[in-house]
Amino acid sequence: MSGELHELGVAALARKLRAKEISATEAAQHFVARSREHATLGAFLATNEQVTLAQAKEADARLARGDTAPLLGVPVAHKDIFVTKDFASTAGSKMLEGYVSPFDATVVRKLAEAGMVTLGKLNCDEFAMGSSNENSAYAPVRNPWDTSRIPGGSSGGSAVAVAAGLAPAVTGTDTGGSIRQPASFCGVTGIKPTYGRASRYGMIAFASSLDQAGPMARSAEDCALLLSAMCGPDPDRDSTSLDVPAEDFTKSLDGSLEGLRIGVPKEFFAEGVTADVRAAIDAALREYEKLGAKRVEISLPRTELAIPVYYIIAPAEASSNLSRFDGVKFGHRAKQYTDLLDMYKKTRAEGFGDEVKRRIMIGTYVLSHGYYDAYYLQAQKVRRMIADDFQAAFRQCDVIAGPVAPSVAWKLGGHGGDPLADYLADIFTLPGSLAGLPGMSIPVGFGEAGMPVGLQLLGNYFQEGKLLNAAHRFQQATDFHLRRPEGF
Amino acid sequence: MSTPKLIHGYEVVIGFETHTQLSTDSKIFSRAPTQFGAEPNTQASPVDLALPGTLPVMNRGAVERAIRFGLAIGAHVAPRSIFARKNYFYPDLPKGYQISQYEIPVVQGGSVEFWLGDEKMSVRLVRAHLEEDAGKSLHEDFVGQSGIDLNRAGTPLLEIVTEPDMRSSDEAVAYAKELHKIVTWIGICDGNMQEGSFRCDANVSVRKPGQPLGTRREIKNLNSFKFMKEAIDFEVRWQIEQLEDGLAIEQATVLFDPDTGETRAMRTKEDAADYRYFPDPDLPPLVIAADWVERVKGEMPELPRVMAARFVADYGLPEYDATTLTQSKAMGAYFEDAAKASGQAKLASNWIMGEVSRRLNAGDLSIEQAPVGAKTLAKLLQRIADGTVSNNAARQVFDALWSGEGSDVDAVIEARGLKQMNDSGALEKIVDDVIAANAANVEQIRAGKDKAFNALVGQAMKASKGKANPQQVGELLKKKLGLS
Repeated sequence: MSGELHELGVAALARKLRAKEISATEAAQHFVARSREHATLGAFLATNEQVTLAQAKEADARLARGDTAPLLGVPVAHKDIFVTKDFASTAGSKMLEGYVSPFDATVVRKLAEAGMVTLGKLNCDEFAMGSSNENSAYAPVRNPWDTSRIPGGSSGGSAVAVAAGLAPAVTGTDTGGSIRQPASFCGVTGIKPTYGRASRYGMIAFASSLDQAGPMARSAEDCALLLSAMCGPDPDRDSTSLDVPAEDFTKSLDGSLEGLRIGVPKEFFAEGVTADVRAAIDAALREYEKLGAKRVEISLPRTELAIPVYYIIAPAEASSNLSRFDGVKFGHRAKQYTDLLDMYKKTRAEGFGDEVKRRIMIGTYVLSHGYYDAYYLQAQKVRRMIADDFQAAFRQCDVIAGPVAPSVAWKLGGHGGDPLADYLADIFTLPGSLAGLPGMSIPVGFGEAGMPVGLQLLGNYFQEGKLLNAAHRFQQATDFHLRRPEGF
Repeated sequence: MSTPKLIHGYEVVIGFETHTQLSTDSKIFSRAPTQFGAEPNTQASPVDLALPGTLPVMNRGAVERAIRFGLAIGAHVAPRSIFARKNYFYPDLPKGYQISQYEIPVVQGGSVEFWLGDEKMSVRLVRAHLEEDAGKSLHEDFVGQSGIDLNRAGTPLLEIVTEPDMRSSDEAVAYAKELHKIVTWIGICDGNMQEGSFRCDANVSVRKPGQPLGTRREIKNLNSFKFMKEAIDFEVRWQIEQLEDGLAIEQATVLFDPDTGETRAMRTKEDAADYRYFPDPDLPPLVIAADWVERVKGEMPELPRVMAARFVADYGLPEYDATTLTQSKAMGAYFEDAAKASGQAKLASNWIMGEVSRRLNAGDLSIEQAPVGAKTLAKLLQRIADGTVSNNAARQVFDALWSGEGSDVDAVIEARGLKQMNDSGALEKIVDDVIAANAANVEQIRAGKDKAFNALVGQAMKASKGKANPQQVGELLKKKLGLS
């Protein structure tokens, strides 16, 4: 039914709220009911109607006072990687079952201050480690385009909430593609800003040098609205937060694409990219040419190396970041143990899932005496080269475009529990993550079995505005982002 | 480095690692207070507890103290240093890693100079790096359980590491005392050893002269100078005995037990952990711009060795006096006040190193607690210089002042009748009487015997009841005897 609240984007909802055509409470109630109705998708891990409605009431009071803040009263839901005072924060892990933080993540606080109403917390791969959301300790998440398929990961619950109309916008986090890949698989729009633009305070750390928060929504315009509120320096809480002032990204949406040089890396069309994905990406690039953009062939020669480099650096950092989950201070502690060492072993054996354990072991190994130089240090060197490759590329083009993933979303259990198959599917999102560049995914078509295909756009540092501009103009000319899965 | 003193033919080699707790109000990576002795776990913020989502933010005050230390010991203050994670599991280590500096520390090189008796020593420093302290495990407070107090977790430390330059326990203790003096002098550490603000680990090994370094054992947590000496002496004896018995020394970490006076191994190298150090991705490199260093330099107090050199140059003190008087900032100031007010620098130095220090030691007082202030001492020194009182009488005056028997120098001299006899008529009479009564001595004096002369001075002093100025008496005697 066209015109229902859940079919409206953030911008449209906000306009209705300001025009007092609906109240924040009505909007909140509508989405609370939606999430209940579609609970089998597994998108939400925590909801609290009382908290949500109390926040909505507050937003209504602000609206009544004539407050015209752009996000005021619009519902939002957060990936369970962000800690929150009002909802449990589990990071999709048994280790943190029932854990309630005494503070809100900076990103959560900023969106709350902007007047957004929190619907709850969204399912994800355990500690954001995964590409299919099958690593959640709680429940798999189902892709609304085909509920026998995975939604992508690790921000799978986030992508599904938007795709199924359970929330107009959500937050996600991207370490190696965790916003872009599920956005692509679920046909929604998502952006990961330049590393350091959004505060990491209150994001349960996976790989500190890679983790970035970003929004996911139905359109580039909606993402621009949220991203404007999420970014900005946080020097008292996050030392890696950059001293770059917040920006109003909606201002750059409408610029012309005439003469925009779109770089297409030949390595992103190598073997292994399925024909349906290739076709959708080609069509999108032709559409861009129609909009006045110029296609430039470029090369990112170390693309393949991104996989080994990422799967050394990210687990190394994770192995250390996850040491705090030891049963001493918070989270899970084994019931029975004989001594301290036994307590550690049982607590961590019970609390962590297989993929998390696998990465802790890899990370511990690559940092060990005698291996550090060969693995970790070498990976850091190649990481710098990958970043240099991008700088060379950006001398020839303004944005880089290509597929987000080599294929559309696969079937639940489709990789048969083979972690390597999951790792290899990250190949096109990892290079941008390693370089710390902003990147996004926008829906550009459909492939095998009618599953969505996303186009990845990568920009140079702090070029989020340019990416959102390119995405917005594409969405003005096409309607892929407006298509909805049947039954939602 | 000193000439090696051998013990049973062995040379002792000692290096130090000292953890100095920096005197910041808040922790190194959080804003929680660093107050000592608070109720357990009341001085720990979410960052100190390593709650999920928390991140470290560097305390500039800790960095500034590191810069101050670097400047004080003539080290290189690195314009760019790196924080690293030292990974290990322990209940009082909330994150499962300690944030420290590993490959590139903030302070590099430098040296600490001090006197050992009348020998001047210099110990080279390898480095000083910033790191966070862990919490405390309380094993005795609960039955069958251990308590964890995270108040100390995240307290800023500067770990100061020397080259293995020391050759005896005395030298090691002298180094530690000098280092303690420096860190308290420049105000980066309160120096409270009982509260753990200044903790030393000593790496001790022995070798035959000319041989490569022996295997070292590290004595942990020496928190008093007395135990430091006892522990090193015991360890040296133990190592020599092992070697003499044909046994090998195994690298180990040992603890000193003050009750038994012995060291005992905690862990050996085999169970040494692999700490998996790597640069902390939560903290960008610590960048110290040249103007920051310049600003700190401008705010530095005069350093002990600079002050000592000035005492030599400005007051003509011997180097030994100057070093002794600059044991603490307060001592230096006391001397300078007394010297300036009295115009008698060497006399002031003698008195402070002698009379004042003796009484301070006896009463276990610091110079700040001295009941006789520098101004009062200066007044007394003036009275010695102008001949009002003899040195001996001045000591009695000082006793009276020290014990609170009066506060005005002249009043005490008056009340005790200690004024020197300046009436030349009365003195001449005494001298004449002494000459008349000691004809035999006078003969001997004329024969060139100094002893006889001194005996006459003594008799005259006695006759004046100590009020005469002995110098004046001597001169008068010489004149009367036609010797001058």
